[in-house]
Amino acid sequence: MDSALVLHRIQFAFTIVYHYLFPVLSMGLAFLIFVMKALGLRQGGEGWNDAARFWIRIFGINFAVGVVTGIPMEFQFGTNWARFSNYAGNVIGHTLAMEGLFAFFLESSFLYLLIRGEERLGRIGHFLSSAALFVGSWLSGYFIIATNAFMQHPVGYSVTLEGKLRLEDFWAFLLNPWALAQYAHNMISAVVTASFVVTALGAFYTLNRQHADAAARFLKIGITAGLVSSILVAFPTGDAQAKLVAKYQPVSLAAMEGRFEGGAPAGIVLIGQPNVAERRLDNPIIVPGILSFLAYGQFHAEVRGLNDFKESEWPDNIELLYYSFHVMAGLGTIMIGIMAIAALMRARGALEHNWKMLWILMVSFPFPYIAITAGWMTTELARQPWLIYGLMRTADGSSQNVHAGSTLFTLIGFCGLYLLLGVIFLYMIASEISHGPVAPSTHSTDAQREVVHV
Amino acid sequence: MFEIWYGIVAAMFAAYVVLDGFDFGAGVLHLIVARTDRERREVLAAIGPFWNGSEVWILAAGGALFVAFPRVLSSGLSGFYLPIFLVLWAIIGRGIALEFRSHVPNPIWRASFDGVFSLSSALLPILLGAALGNVLRGVPLDSEGWFSIPLFTDFTAEGAVGVLDWYTVLVGVFALVTLTAHGALFLAWKTREAVQSRSMLIGGRLYILVAALWPIMGLATLRVNRDVFVRFAERPVVWALTSLAFVGLASAFWSLLRRKPLVAFMSSCLFLASLSGAIATSFFPEMLHAVNTSAGSITAFNGGGDAMGLQTAMRWFGIGLPLAILYFVIVFRTHRGSALPNPPASQPTEERA
Repeated sequence: MDSALVLHRIQFAFTIVYHYLFPVLSMGLAFLIFVMKALGLRQGGEGWNDAARFWIRIFGINFAVGVVTGIPMEFQFGTNWARFSNYAGNVIGHTLAMEGLFAFFLESSFLYLLIRGEERLGRIGHFLSSAALFVGSWLSGYFIIATNAFMQHPVGYSVTLEGKLRLEDFWAFLLNPWALAQYAHNMISAVVTASFVVTALGAFYTLNRQHADAAARFLKIGITAGLVSSILVAFPTGDAQAKLVAKYQPVSLAAMEGRFEGGAPAGIVLIGQPNVAERRLDNPIIVPGILSFLAYGQFHAEVRGLNDFKESEWPDNIELLYYSFHVMAGLGTIMIGIMAIAALMRARGALEHNWKMLWILMVSFPFPYIAITAGWMTTELARQPWLIYGLMRTADGSSQNVHAGSTLFTLIGFCGLYLLLGVIFLYMIASEISHGPVAPSTHSTDAQREVVHV
Repeated sequence: MFEIWYGIVAAMFAAYVVLDGFDFGAGVLHLIVARTDRERREVLAAIGPFWNGSEVWILAAGGALFVAFPRVLSSGLSGFYLPIFLVLWAIIGRGIALEFRSHVPNPIWRASFDGVFSLSSALLPILLGAALGNVLRGVPLDSEGWFSIPLFTDFTAEGAVGVLDWYTVLVGVFALVTLTAHGALFLAWKTREAVQSRSMLIGGRLYILVAALWPIMGLATLRVNRDVFVRFAERPVVWALTSLAFVGLASAFWSLLRRKPLVAFMSSCLFLASLSGAIATSFFPEMLHAVNTSAGSITAFNGGGDAMGLQTAMRWFGIGLPLAILYFVIVFRTHRGSALPNPPASQPTEERA
């Protein structure tokens, strides 16, 4: 691999991983805010509305960083992956343009109204704005997933005489079975993230003996949504995704499990270290038969190993792929456990006084972020060495007219800029948290504030 | 089909120039027309509801370019690699400054973000203008339609060209002056009292500069790309658009003198839209002009996507574009009238100090 290609890959990986930390919370929170606004409308009173107002402020900050870090993603298709864009633009250009037209316009138009427009809009109008953001951000997710699904499992296309892709069947492309499964898995994982974040803050305020009413609401909605979503993210959505990988990317499944020898039945690896040089898994703990069952629905089904494939078809970083997959699956299991215990305690009224459990809930909010990053790394590393599975190799998709030095320069630039952005973001979130979910006073006038701030 | 898509892409870029143009301009003038914190929040409140939606137009236009002319998009973006990232970083800084500035009631925090906002708002029209200059002047395409171009060479706009030369810098300056004038008229419409009167004064002066620079720009373009001028002379629609642009410019002056800021701003929109349209129609069918005669330019015909895919895209564009315009109308209606500094109820952080 030449150095320019490595740098293109690192830059895309870095900017996309960093970017996705924000939309994952935005999409999940958009759903929870929508639920809070709906509860507020149904039950009356200000409790849920105050909770929603607080999360809308967090949402606004988070969304802004998501928007600005998302813009480079759209451009990098052209700047860093020009041969890929030229080859596949007729197909994936559709979903990327549709995202702008159907999702971004909706989100950007109603974001300001959601954040600052409550007085102008009234209860119903403000609720509808939260619905617009929910629909917009979830649509946006679909178009991106559909683009990625085409790269994982291309459908609905043909190859022209010039050797470029053309769209044959729009609906087959848009409703790619891979996209549907991946979308369900991905969006539910966004709800998991938002639930853990909301729960963690509820636990923080409870431990801190602040904002008791809001904290109880955060715990209620966070743990309820968290339990349901962390189960759904594993089954049926994660399971459906795994079966698609088994069916269409068998070599990737073997690499994810560090499985060199094929055969039947296949066990699932709980722990172990893939040793690619010697083609074996070191120190494994394996539960027999489970992988056969998960992949093909039968405990004695044959699952092929890496040795059954040519090395040129192997994913190019088997170790990272293996660990990413196991980190995701392991954390997914732990998250179900945490939420199940918390839900049980809450149902028995024992949660608010159990400081140990509150501490666990407070510090476990990074888990979904780590699991989702690992999950996306699994998806993207498993697709290698292909950029579009079976059609175009990653090595053939990068921009050849861009010098490695230019890419290194922009990569370093992004590192610096995003570090600064992260610090500012955390500062702002921390100041919102310390301010807390209290109704802002409407008594002070501009003139009074002028004295304070100028 | 390719003609229609060329038109759609050009219209979307023109919408971007008109819409994001006014908030670039407002950003450039931010430190000049607004002196106190209250005045600055007035400027920010004026563009607050709109700038995010305006910015989507460049993403949507880019998306349309991607699906309709993938060859143009991939060659153009990779060829202008470094300048594109400068644009992206300026967009990031600007967005963050706009959204985060008023959250913290600390004068140094606010002054820093005011600075970032103004600087990035000035940098973007210069960079985007220079990009337009590069497209008009042409780039050194190879036989497969790729290019890579240094930031600058000898500034002659001939032979081995760079991103920056006398012509592209001139276009950048013209873009800066024009969009700043445009922003001034927007502020004149949306603000009151001191900010309004300062904006009107600056807007009028800047429009004199625009009127002076415009013919110079035309002559300079004649010098670097004769093809554009040949087509300019041949096409009546270009003449019509140029006349419309002239009407817009004159009307902007006239309404400013009669102190009708809304009419002046609308005239300015007309000026920019017609000018963009005139440039696009006199450039058609070229999309990436080859500065070296050995290689052919990338045009709407040889750079276009597959016809069937474009027919499909036309269908969902027919649904999506009216929706986008509908949201736009809702936002403008909800925020009609002069902007007050940030509404107090949703600025909880204000009360903290």
